[in-house]
Parts: sequence; structure tokens; C-alpha cells
Amino acid sequence: MQQSSFTQLTALLKKELRIYFNSPIAYIFVVVMLGFSFWWFFRSFFLVGQTEIRTLFEILPWIYLFIIPALTMRMWSEEYRGGTIETLLTSSVPMYQLVIGKFLSSFIFLVITLVMTLPLPIVLSTLGNLDWGVVVAGYIGALLIGSAYISIGMLISSFSVNQIVSYIITALICFALYIISQSFVIYSLPSIVVPIIDFISLGSHYDSIIRGVIDTKDLIYYCSLCLLLLYTNAYVLYSKR
Amino acid sequence: MIKVENLTKNYNSLHALKGINFEIQPGQIVGLLGPNGAGKTTIMKIITGFLLPTAGRASVSEIDVVKNPTKIQQMIGYLPESTPLYPELSVYESLEFAAQIHGLSGEKLEHAISKTIKLCGLKEKLYYDISELSKGYKQRVGLASALIHDPDILILDEPTTGLDPNQILEIRKLIIDLGKNKTIILSTHIMQEVEAVCNRVIMIKQGEIVADDSIKELKHEQLTGFSTKIVVRGPQEKVKIIFEQIDGVLHVQSKSTSEKDTTAFVIDSEDDIRSQLNKEIITAGYDILEISSSEKSMEDIFHKLTK
Repeated sequence: MQQSSFTQLTALLKKELRIYFNSPIAYIFVVVMLGFSFWWFFRSFFLVGQTEIRTLFEILPWIYLFIIPALTMRMWSEEYRGGTIETLLTSSVPMYQLVIGKFLSSFIFLVITLVMTLPLPIVLSTLGNLDWGVVVAGYIGALLIGSAYISIGMLISSFSVNQIVSYIITALICFALYIISQSFVIYSLPSIVVPIIDFISLGSHYDSIIRGVIDTKDLIYYCSLCLLLLYTNAYVLYSKR
Repeated sequence: MIKVENLTKNYNSLHALKGINFEIQPGQIVGLLGPNGAGKTTIMKIITGFLLPTAGRASVSEIDVVKNPTKIQQMIGYLPESTPLYPELSVYESLEFAAQIHGLSGEKLEHAISKTIKLCGLKEKLYYDISELSKGYKQRVGLASALIHDPDILILDEPTTGLDPNQILEIRKLIIDLGKNKTIILSTHIMQEVEAVCNRVIMIKQGEIVADDSIKELKHEQLTGFSTKIVVRGPQEKVKIIFEQIDGVLHVQSKSTSEKDTTAFVIDSEDDIRSQLNKEIITAGYDILEISSSEKSMEDIFHKLTK
């Protein structure tokens, strides 16, 4: 049984990744992500003349805001539109495994794109003293915030058959959750809600990670957020029956 | 054995199924028949565990579909109505995916794929994308995906819609072959298909069963009476009146033909009245050009029961 559920999970992953790479989505995603992050990085790099990898990680959540919703908008809605959801839900794969499969496929894709940004820190390390601790923390942070965006997008996609609607709503929710911890928002709020906002914001946890401090509090925040969203996702699919 | 007890399904205010009961023994090929929207697809979706029933119970080999869907899904191969496939995948990738999500791996996987490719005649199209295939080939890939884990039960929702007559014959032949050692439920609204393939018919109308019997029994029970086709040269109205006055005639339908002054009649009657018709027309001085008894078909039963 263990063996067969592993086979099922790899089948789901393989299918999702094949769909990405058999269509232009994956390539557009990679080009946009790399093009934009490299441009942003080198724009200030030559001006400041400092080896500062943080610039890369500061821009990633903003790039993700545009491209992750594009990745997740089709996830469930396409299965419903094409009727393939019937194949999935009648194939003896448990619901939670379908959700995990979808999530992991996007996660793997995210890892692939992040690996392609590795030349940046490598080049930097040859030019000066690079703190690899900060680099590792930055990549972990990027994966965590990316996972949170993916989980949000997947959940939205399970509600709506319309891909454009699900793209816009996902982008808006991720944007709101990211931006609420920014100083200009915090200053305009009553001081009593600030700690709450600080806790629920995707941005505040991300900022502390990319400073090089990996706090278990932040890890627990991202992991429990993703689990909660994925669980809700499975519940939504279940209740649609 | 598939058992459905008092199955009820409501979609908001729409009552799609109103207490369906039937049992299907292993080895039967059962046709689910009914007009569009009668509830055929809903029954299939509940048995495969895709939908939850509002009330009632569906079980396969005594296992409840709602309580243990994955167990039942391993025994069932399901071809949904729209033949859902991923257009981005190739035929081979689709089959591999279908096999793997049913838990097949290694040698079993290879064996299952090559066997199904042969069975469904997909060899030449293996590396084509699904989006490049014709409707007929898509249907074959759908069927192949349903068959790949060698299930004991096949549930096929309108397996021949959209196919050309040759393809329909091929798929029917395949279904009959498969039916030799599998239980098959198929839905359709093509009557010839039921007569050609099934050995039992469950007819549904607005969420209720209106007939459940073998084709032979169904014809025997439902098709009382006789139908005669006769072509007469003579004035249409007068001839029609003559026919209507004959004892035992239930209904006379007339239709002008391309020849001058000739009319084709279809006469429904309680008994065989061919010789009487003959006599009456000759006595009246008109000519009979053709006379034949027309056997009633499943289509007549369908009209009668589902109107």
C-alpha cells in the first residue's frame, strides 16, 4: 500500500510538471522571473558597488505576486473545466494526496527557478566577501513565502472556475497579506492591532528570515499557514461532491 | 455485485434521483437508458464515488461507496461522459498516468500499458498529444485509461457519442469482448446500441426507474399489438376512413409518397389484420402496392416509457 501511494504521488507530480513543461507556461515563468530579478539586482549593483545579496530576496516576493497566481490559477479550475477532476477523484487516490501532489509540483517548480538564480550569489562570492548564511536564509525565506502564495492560489482556484478571477483574487490577497506589515500601513493603524498585523503578515516573517535570522516562530508560521490552507482546499473539494 | 438501495440525489432544489433500487450481478452488461437529464450520469457518478448521495446507499461487493471509496475505485474503471483527458500530455503519458494513479508500477505498469495499447488499437498514435487526436481516438484513449488497471467493473458514460458509424461498431465490439469477463454498466440514448450490446436494460425517467428487465422480456411485455405498413393507390382520406372502421385498429397514420395518388399508411392494431386490410381495399376497388408487418423496436419502448 505504501509503495502504491508513492507511485500515485509521483504520477501526480510527473503529470503536473509535464503539463507545465509541455506548454509555454513554464518557460514564460522562468524567463519573467529570471529576467526581472537579474535586472533588479544589477540595476543597483553597479550603482552601490557593494556585494549585497539582499536586493535579490527583497524583490522576489514582488515578482512572485505576478507569476505565482499565473501558476496556480489553472490548478483546480482547469481540472473542473476539462472534467479531469472526475478522473482524479475516482482514481482511488485519497483527496489529501491530490492536494499534496498539486502543491508539491508547484513547489518543485519554484525550487527549479530558484536554482537558476544561483549564479548571482556565486558571482558575488568571487567578487567579495559573501555571507553564505544570509544566502541560505534568503532562499529558505523565498521558498516559504512562495509556498504560502501557492497555497493561497490553490485554494482560490478551487473556488472559481474562471481563471482570470482566480488570478486577480490570488494576487490581491497575497499583496494585502504581504504589504500590511510595511511601515506606512503600520503607522496608520491603532497601536493595539499592530502585533496582530505583524503576526498575520507574510511580509514581517519574511523580512526577519532574509535578514539571516531563521527563527522557529517564522518557520512554524509558514508551515501552519500552508497546512491550514491545504486542509481547507481538500475540504472545499470534498464539499463540492 | 453492485447494489443500489433507495438512492436519492438532490442538486439544490432539483431532485435528480428519487429513490433508485437495483442489483447487478457479476458478468452482466447493463444499459442505463433514459432521456437527457434523467439521472443516468448521476447514478454513475455516485457508484464511482465522485458524488455523494443525498440519501440511500450504493455498494460494490458489500462495500459502501461513501465509507470506503478508494477500495471500490480500485475495482472500477470509469469513462466519464466528456472523456476528460489532459490535452498537453501524449497518448503514452496519459496511459502511464492512468496506470500510476491506480498504483501500478514497475513490470506491472509496463505490462498493463502494452496490453491496453494493443486492446484499444493505439499503437500508431502513442506519441501524439491528446490535443492532436480525433474524437474517435480520444474516446479510445479514454476507454484505455478506464481499462488499464484491469478492473472487474466498467462504468461507461455514453461511450459512443460523437463517433462515426465505423468507430461505433469498433467500440461496441470491444465492449462486448470486455463483457465476457467483466461487469459493465453503460449509459446511452441510442437504442440500437442497447440491443446490440446489453443483456439487461434499466430505463430511467426523471430520476425514477420505469423499466428494469432483459431486452427480450422488455419487448415481450411492452410491445403488445401489431404494426402494419401498407402502400395504397387511391384517395388518401377515403382509404383512411376504411382502415379506421376495421375492428381492432388502434391508430392510422398516413403519409403521401412521391408517386401520384399513392399513400403509405402505418396502422397500429391489436392483432394481425393484414388479410382483412387486403380484402377491404380490394372490395373498395383500390390497389395495394406494398404490404408488410413492421416489428416494433426498443425505440418504441423508449418513447412509450419515457414520454
